[in-house]
Amino acid sequence: MTTANKKIVYMDNNATSQVAPEVIEEMLPYLTEAYGNPSSMHNFGGQTGTAVRTAREKIASLLGAEPEEITFTSCGTESDSTAILSALRTYPEKRHVITTRVEHPAVKSLCENLESVTGHKYKVTRLKVDSEGMLDIAEYEAALSDDTAIVSVMWANNETGVIFPVEEMARMAKQRGILFHTDAVQAVGKLDINLKNLDIDFLSLSGHKLHAPKGVGVLYIKRGTLFVPFLTGGHQETGRRGGTENVASIVALGRACELAGEKMAEENGRVRQLRDKLEEGLLSKVPKSMLNGHKTSRLPNTANISFEYVEGEAILLHMNQHNICASSGSACTSGSLEPSHVLRAMGVPFTAAHGSIRFSLSVYNTEEEIDFVIEKMPAIIESLRKMSPFWEG
Amino acid sequence: MWEYTDKVQQHFLNPHNVGEVDKPSGSGDVGSLACGDALKLTLKINSDDIITDAKFKTFGCASAIASSSVLTEMVIGMSVEQAAKVTNEDIADALGGLPKEKMHCSVMGREALEAAIADYRGLILPMAEGEVVCECFGVTDLDVIRAINESTLRSVEEITNFTKAGGGCGKCEDKLREILQTTVSSKSEVPVLQVKPKRMTSLQKIKKIEEVLEREIRPGLRKDGGDIELIDVDGDFVIVSLRGACKSCNKSQTTIKEYVEKKLRELVLDSLIVEEEN
Repeated sequence: MTTANKKIVYMDNNATSQVAPEVIEEMLPYLTEAYGNPSSMHNFGGQTGTAVRTAREKIASLLGAEPEEITFTSCGTESDSTAILSALRTYPEKRHVITTRVEHPAVKSLCENLESVTGHKYKVTRLKVDSEGMLDIAEYEAALSDDTAIVSVMWANNETGVIFPVEEMARMAKQRGILFHTDAVQAVGKLDINLKNLDIDFLSLSGHKLHAPKGVGVLYIKRGTLFVPFLTGGHQETGRRGGTENVASIVALGRACELAGEKMAEENGRVRQLRDKLEEGLLSKVPKSMLNGHKTSRLPNTANISFEYVEGEAILLHMNQHNICASSGSACTSGSLEPSHVLRAMGVPFTAAHGSIRFSLSVYNTEEEIDFVIEKMPAIIESLRKMSPFWEG
Repeated sequence: MWEYTDKVQQHFLNPHNVGEVDKPSGSGDVGSLACGDALKLTLKINSDDIITDAKFKTFGCASAIASSSVLTEMVIGMSVEQAAKVTNEDIADALGGLPKEKMHCSVMGREALEAAIADYRGLILPMAEGEVVCECFGVTDLDVIRAINESTLRSVEEITNFTKAGGGCGKCEDKLREILQTTVSSKSEVPVLQVKPKRMTSLQKIKKIEEVLEREIRPGLRKDGGDIELIDVDGDFVIVSLRGACKSCNKSQTTIKEYVEKKLRELVLDSLIVEEEN
């Protein structure tokens, strides 16, 4: 990939991903000649309805779900809000929500609002994580109560890639008659998911994390789950989500899911090997560096590494000079003054939390790029450490 | 992505005067690892009280490093007396400006310079005597008052941008608001009369504010399903409460500052400060 003739080394796929060329090809006709409205009576519109149906089938197939369990939304955040608010409206007498301390802002902020905006009508339990980012299932079990309306736990963490045992957690919720939602935005396409045999009631996914464009998401709603829509309007999505279908992006997401299914083995094979090589290379070449997150219960594409005594934004801007794209959990990248809530919840010390860099790969990364990053990083860290008053180098 | 000026980028990528001067005449250490930025400034000062060398070591983001670098450039050649007058605004200006969320980096530069000069003069900084308001970042009430006066800050958010106070757990927000109110009103007693010869009675002011709210502000808010209510007017402080959709909107602070306060300052009195009722 290039911009302005400079080769970009893109390792920020948990933020967003390149739209696959096959996906663009498939969606283009729906931005040009096939512009009909799927709800129209004429054949011209009807053909886009068929395209939406085909896409729905492809997505269902990747998730091991039925097509009618797939509802299209505008993004992962909308899917998350829809699921959680639906559960609260379905069971208005229940006033308790269980989530974790490391959720994406899409769920985190909603839960904060549930407490503050409603005048603390709702009680939210945020499950702790240990130093490797893992949950304590005993704490979860103890938190489940008759007052719990819904559990919302992410399948995989966006910052560290740590995978939570959502299958088991959903089963435990089900036994208590409690709805279970998972934000699987980072997991879909990277992990083998088969919802048919699971007790997950709601699952959110987002197109742009798996090589489809931004602006399209899905909420999986298990058959038989009581549901109250969030966005009301026309009869689209069988009344579950109003608004004319984003046909081109839906078609794109269908193709992207199909590709993700085909490339699942590569993601868990070649991409994992590249990630491991990057991780081992950096940890061995840069002193005082450490991995954040569980070593094995982790997405195959993500490595979150802290470089002690240096600050993340400064690292990223030096990497930017070499056209290497990644992210940081440093406070200074976000304008807030506190570093990543995920790393703080894990108890990562301040010395390391401010200097964390997240590398997130995709099937488009090459070994050459990994070697390039391993070559460039030590000098960047060393130059910043020389400047740091805390570094006794 | 931050919008940094070319000057910030130059000083960040190729910082000048990194390190520590040998046998410094004065040395200033500010910030900490926990805070996310820290600066050690060392000065060499000759017998004529002229700064002949300055070096820095900084842990922090691009603007912290750039602020430190440009600061050393600025002070070399200055007399100690001149250097003591350098403000954080001077540092930010020398960089062609900093994003407002990053102004605290320039404040850190000024603090380190002050600490180094005090060390050279064998003095204890007055700041050390203040009472800590923000425990997360160790900011004292004197630091806050100084920032309010020097940079004409008018909201808690601005105080956070400049001093970091309130940017951690947020528990000190009420205290900061209190300091802001006292500082602004004690300052405005005399000078405001000079600037604003035409004084309104409280009744006139309230009437005018209500009028502007009704005519200029409510229609826009109502269009989005929201509303606003005037709770109290206390001197220059206008306390309002957002209703309906505005209440749960995460942009409510922006609505109040960028929209309501702007309009009221424009149409009623330019010293008004609008705050949301807790």
